[in-house]
Amino acid sequence: MIEDPVIMSRWLTFITLAFHIILATLGVGIPIFFSIAEYIGIKRKDPHYLLLAKRWTRGYTILVAVGVVTGTIIGLQLSLLWPSFMNASGHVISLPLFMETFAFFFEAVFLGIYLYTWDRFKNRIYHWLLSIPIVIGSTGSAFFITSVNAFMNTPLGFDVDNGELTNVQPLVAMFNPAFPSKFSHVLTSAYLTGAFILASIAAFQLLRGRTHVYYKKALHLAMIGCFVFSIATVINGDFSGKFLASYQPEKLAAAEWHFETEDRAKLVLGGILDPDEQEVKYGIEIPLALSIIAFNSPDAEVIGLNEFPEELWPPLMIHYFFNFMVSAGMFLAGISFIYIIFYYVNRFNALSPWLLRAIAISGPLSILTMESGWIMTEVGRQPWILRGFLKVSEAATTSEHVFEMMVVYVVLYFTLGILLPIILIRVFSKKSVETELEKQQVIL
Amino acid sequence: MIEYIGITVLWIFLYGYLIIASIDFGAGFYSFYAKMTDKKHTIRQVIDRYLSPVWEVTNVFLVFFFVGLIGFFPATAYYYGTALLVPGTVALILLAIRGSFYAFANYGARENNFYLFLYGLTGLFIPASLSTVLTISEGGFISVEGGDVKLLMGELFTSPYSWTVVLLAITSVLFISASFLTFYAKRAGDRDAHELMRKFTLIWSGPTILFSFLIFVTLRNHNAEHFNAMLEIRWIFLFSLLSFLTAVSLIYKRKRTGIAFIFVCFQFAFAFFGYGYTHLPYLLYPHLTIYENVTSPEMGIALIMAFIAGLMLLIPSLFLLLRLFIFNVEYARGEKKTY
Repeated sequence: MIEDPVIMSRWLTFITLAFHIILATLGVGIPIFFSIAEYIGIKRKDPHYLLLAKRWTRGYTILVAVGVVTGTIIGLQLSLLWPSFMNASGHVISLPLFMETFAFFFEAVFLGIYLYTWDRFKNRIYHWLLSIPIVIGSTGSAFFITSVNAFMNTPLGFDVDNGELTNVQPLVAMFNPAFPSKFSHVLTSAYLTGAFILASIAAFQLLRGRTHVYYKKALHLAMIGCFVFSIATVINGDFSGKFLASYQPEKLAAAEWHFETEDRAKLVLGGILDPDEQEVKYGIEIPLALSIIAFNSPDAEVIGLNEFPEELWPPLMIHYFFNFMVSAGMFLAGISFIYIIFYYVNRFNALSPWLLRAIAISGPLSILTMESGWIMTEVGRQPWILRGFLKVSEAATTSEHVFEMMVVYVVLYFTLGILLPIILIRVFSKKSVETELEKQQVIL
Repeated sequence: MIEYIGITVLWIFLYGYLIIASIDFGAGFYSFYAKMTDKKHTIRQVIDRYLSPVWEVTNVFLVFFFVGLIGFFPATAYYYGTALLVPGTVALILLAIRGSFYAFANYGARENNFYLFLYGLTGLFIPASLSTVLTISEGGFISVEGGDVKLLMGELFTSPYSWTVVLLAITSVLFISASFLTFYAKRAGDRDAHELMRKFTLIWSGPTILFSFLIFVTLRNHNAEHFNAMLEIRWIFLFSLLSFLTAVSLIYKRKRTGIAFIFVCFQFAFAFFGYGYTHLPYLLYPHLTIYENVTSPEMGIALIMAFIAGLMLLIPSLFLLLRLFIFNVEYARGEKKTY
């Protein structure tokens, strides 16, 4: 297996991206929260929110620094591991790829300025204005890079003529059918993951017995974000399902273990598949639900996997990743609902230990949810790298050294993965909130 | 037409990366040197104040270059991508170590000699490994049989040209960086730092010009066609030499260090564009040319429009960054200032 460049390239790409998307997601998700915190802090003249913005930014900067590193790696790795794919992509989808670097450039410049100018403006609102390009830049990065990923699922905007790519229409390729649902889902789930991580840190500190109102404000701001973006993510998640039903039915069918095309299709949760009989044991069946998910109507016909030749089926294990994403996502949305209800209904205590514990685990859980959603959509694209045009097995490098390179990268990610949390903890424990607030009060 | 616009834009960005990254790489090395020789308060402060806000921007120039290269000339992804797996990985790992350990050392609450050591040393190895891409582009280091592209490692490691490029890359980094820091230290009014960086500029000026000269000698044997093309426009390389002499004499006399740094930029601009211009039409000698491997006109125009739009956004922001940090005397001196 380690001699097969295709398998090794897939593994290396998987490992690099699995690590990178954590940083990338938080890189997109956190800026709106420090921007909002700073704005509230300025408007209400509340030093707590200003410190909150400062500390969130500090953590964000370290994550971005490592994210730049892994982002550069994946950017080059695509050419090193998938030269044929990048050759084809270069012809058709390089526009958003190119624009992504501009968006990141924009973000990096303003992050540099934002970080070092906290106290350089008499009117603080000017400093807050600098956070807006950071939000725009990071969101823009997500916008453009998701367009490239969407293109891999629904390639459009070119013709193939004797193996040559002709009649290229860059904008058609960029705004391909998969793009709207994918981008909205990627964006709101990034904001959501960012919010849950921030909330989970605040909840953890409250559980440790920190009682300062600073933590409660942090928790509340983040939980409102969780609430808003859970709703948005559930809605555009539903759109994503409907998109799949119409444009990539094999992915939806594989995720749902749906073999025979039928109307009034049932939804299966969990279970164990008998692949020969195409029967699911021990699964929970919900009648009509798949038809509703796919087309909003219980009578709608949903295309099954048997319509496709078996060698073009995505791996059927994506069913579990899909189930995990949906159920964990629902659980997360539930927590944010409960928090909001408890906060605004006086009878309940929004800071009760069991709810705080649930919020504390929701941060890591939101990362796992995001990862499994990503695995579901990428593995669900198999065997294609450009659906209908180029297979993964035809696109990989022919170099024999992918395994050795993989070992090197794994050592690197492992080291970074250990050092990153240690550094983050050290940064925040060196200057505690309480001492920083005391210092700040003197200045204000 | 698109191929010319494309390659010009890319080459300008690569030149930008060359200057900015050299300052950054060299600064990392000098910062480590200062730490080891206990000169912390003279040059390290100056270096840190420059590096902190700018480091992230540096990387983007490089990413921009290779993404643009794939966009304008997609076949480069196939040829270079297949051939460069191993050297590319080496460069990436070094960049990764440097980037993350800078962040760890800078934001990570504690001074750590080991981080600083990695940061300083990778700054010399990265240019060495990246420069091999330019070496490979001269041809003779890649075998293409059918569709199968392979890098000839043995040839690469035994070629005098290849080693000259590596040495030139390292000495240039140290020279460019020292000349910039001479200017920056003077601007910040830090006398000790200024003297130290002046000394380094003068030390590295000799090797830089020596290896530049050796490039000609070794290229003659390696790729005579390119060598002859360079001879035809030898005036451009003479301008480069003149700029070098002007810069070094100004720095030697401790006068107008800002102008001196601009002349260093000119020196490398003349050499780099002279080299690039004579490299054409080849992207990878003799397999890829800008004429045969350029992208479709539709994509080319889209990329150029995106580029113009991007520049309109970036130039003002970069200008703001420079004004707030690099060319702000109070900031460079480490004094606080509010507006």
